[in-house]
Amino acid sequence: MRLKHKDLLGLEYLEKEEINLVLETAKPFKELFTRSVKKVPPLRGKTVVLLFYEPSTRTRTSFELAAKRLSADVLNISSSTSSVAKGESLIDTAKTLEAMKADFVVIRHSMAGAPQILARTISASIINAGDGTHEHPTQGLLDMFTIWEKKGRLSGLNVAIVGDILYSRVARSNIWGLNKMGAKVYVVGPATLIPPRIEEMGVKVYYDLDEIIDQLDVINILRIQMERQKENLFPSLREYNEIFGITDERLKRAKGDLLVMHPGPMNRGIEISSSVADSSHSVITEQVTNGVAVRMAVLYLLAGGDSQGVKR
Amino acid sequence: MKLVIRNGRVVDPKNRTDKKADVLIENGKIVKIGESSEFRPGDVTRSTVTIDATGKIVVPGLIDMHTHLREPGREDEETIASGTRAAAQGGFTSVCCMPNTNPVIDSVSGVKFILTTAAQEGVVNVYPIGSITKGQKGEELAEIGKMKIAGIVGISDDGKPVMNAQIMRRALEYAKMFNLPVISHCEDLNLSMGGVMNEGFTSTILGLKGIPRQAEEIMVARDIALAELTGGKLHLAHITTSRSVELIRQAKRKKIRVTSETAPHYFSLSEEDVRGYNTNTKTNPPLRTKDDIKALCEGLADGTIDCIASDHAPHLDVEKDLEYDVAPFGIVGLETILPLVITKLVREKVLTINQVIAQLTVNPANILGLERGSLSIGSDADLTIIDLNLKRKIGKEFTSQSKNSPFVGWELQGFPVVTIVGGKVVMEDGKLV
Repeated sequence: MRLKHKDLLGLEYLEKEEINLVLETAKPFKELFTRSVKKVPPLRGKTVVLLFYEPSTRTRTSFELAAKRLSADVLNISSSTSSVAKGESLIDTAKTLEAMKADFVVIRHSMAGAPQILARTISASIINAGDGTHEHPTQGLLDMFTIWEKKGRLSGLNVAIVGDILYSRVARSNIWGLNKMGAKVYVVGPATLIPPRIEEMGVKVYYDLDEIIDQLDVINILRIQMERQKENLFPSLREYNEIFGITDERLKRAKGDLLVMHPGPMNRGIEISSSVADSSHSVITEQVTNGVAVRMAVLYLLAGGDSQGVKR
Repeated sequence: MKLVIRNGRVVDPKNRTDKKADVLIENGKIVKIGESSEFRPGDVTRSTVTIDATGKIVVPGLIDMHTHLREPGREDEETIASGTRAAAQGGFTSVCCMPNTNPVIDSVSGVKFILTTAAQEGVVNVYPIGSITKGQKGEELAEIGKMKIAGIVGISDDGKPVMNAQIMRRALEYAKMFNLPVISHCEDLNLSMGGVMNEGFTSTILGLKGIPRQAEEIMVARDIALAELTGGKLHLAHITTSRSVELIRQAKRKKIRVTSETAPHYFSLSEEDVRGYNTNTKTNPPLRTKDDIKALCEGLADGTIDCIASDHAPHLDVEKDLEYDVAPFGIVGLETILPLVITKLVREKVLTINQVIAQLTVNPANILGLERGSLSIGSDADLTIIDLNLKRKIGKEFTSQSKNSPFVGWELQGFPVVTIVGGKVVMEDGKLV
């Protein structure tokens, strides 16, 4: 079985079988990390360009590591140091990469739809590493992998995404993926930070986490950005923390095996308390490890690899 | 110079004409309309140019009361010359051009520039619209009276609303003296700020900031209230939502002096068409929902919406070929407005041909106070001959300098085949003369 499209632009466009394929393929890649030689050859000779218009340490290094562990050659283009700073348009940058025969372009951009522009302009495989508020598909995939690994399944689980849903590409990708895999998705946050008609995506909206905390199997906590307070989306960070912050107190009524997740970076003390971040509920560091495995799976599969080739 | 149009079906809503007739034009004026048998021997001679309009309809030259010709300032996007050529191609004999140029047309010198350039280089009649406020800054009234004397037919800060209700009030009161319509672009800038498409489910899944419909409806309600207060002449540009239509309907029942227009893209496309991030779906106001399309059609059918105007907004490929967030708003429209009206409204039996022709001729003429929009004896010979059966696929070639249209590739039916301005044929068989 293979992936159906040459690009990974969002989880909206993947079918359930394709998501399963990525998760299954990520497993043996994760096992690789326990060996002393963490490299395998499937992408040897291929060029992976990391085109990051937004700063990122976590995602970029995760992709870089994934590509290198597959033996690919990696190029890093970050907007501040490249011709982008001179005002080069996305289309011209794309054409330059095409002329250099890049095989993969991993793009992170502050505006929704940027990966689509690349995908229709060049023949390389485009991986969306986050486009504005639209999607962050590999984050959605690694979040699902994390849950699946710990719980053995996704179907039927109660998963809540908590925080600034309005501006979150992570939330949207998670909603698409989790719904396709049969989980029950809840979004919790201030009414001003819930996108219009999000219920139509197949989620239940709550403003009070305490109403559902005892039913949840997973809480995925989103970072709250300071800038949102200036836009009158909520009055203060301390008020946000009081009403929505995940603290030991709040988790008192939660299930013993509740998973606490966060895409990072965390604002300790605001959306999540340090104590919860470091508790046994937290799988936050595991998410980072899983991220590399999932990104290896995505690169491998987009390069034409199929599920058979990975099993050792 | 004599010109006769034979065998066409003459549709002239102002004079309530819809019959087979020949039209005789002499020295730029219409001198006779009637059956061939009514013509005298001397009327048509060997030197008379004959146009055979068998199977076609002959209508008063179409009027587009909302276009952006980009001159002065953005002659790379469009000029008065190229924009009027596009109008002729589209079957239009008169256009109004909006003042949001660079510099803004807010004074006599600007108006004179437009009129002079149009006289020298324009291919159709051009009627300038002056700005409401100086520089369209929304702070001080422009010299509306002087501009009226110089030749404007309306005032507008289009591109932007007049956010300050007091200034909009004063504009309506003041313009009333000159019988000028105040053409309002209804948008609450605080509600719409940063938005790039209609706010709703589609904007949520596309991750694009939405413009709530209330941004338009609040200003429609406000402007109607101010029109009621002042007795001024209000014209609402590019109406897009069902509630806007309802507000206008109620206002007309109360006999408030309000008229309105919509553009073809608002009844041909919806927010769903933004999926895929094609920036030729990015317009301000934005494309709305299928329910709004239905309400617009009902509004057109019952006269709540008085006319259809293109809001022709040229932009270069290099400007539109960007991320959705940063691409400029606007699409060209002069060359697709008529076929869209016929395909989407007449062929879909939403409106009759008589109704749409009224919306493109006598109605805008009345709103602007123009002595045009009808085929009366002695009037200027502005005519459009339309082939309702002609099918064409919209290609990438446009007469306009810009090609930013979402309709490329659409199969449409109903195209103009001859455009006559002042008795002169300016377009024939899809080619400019």
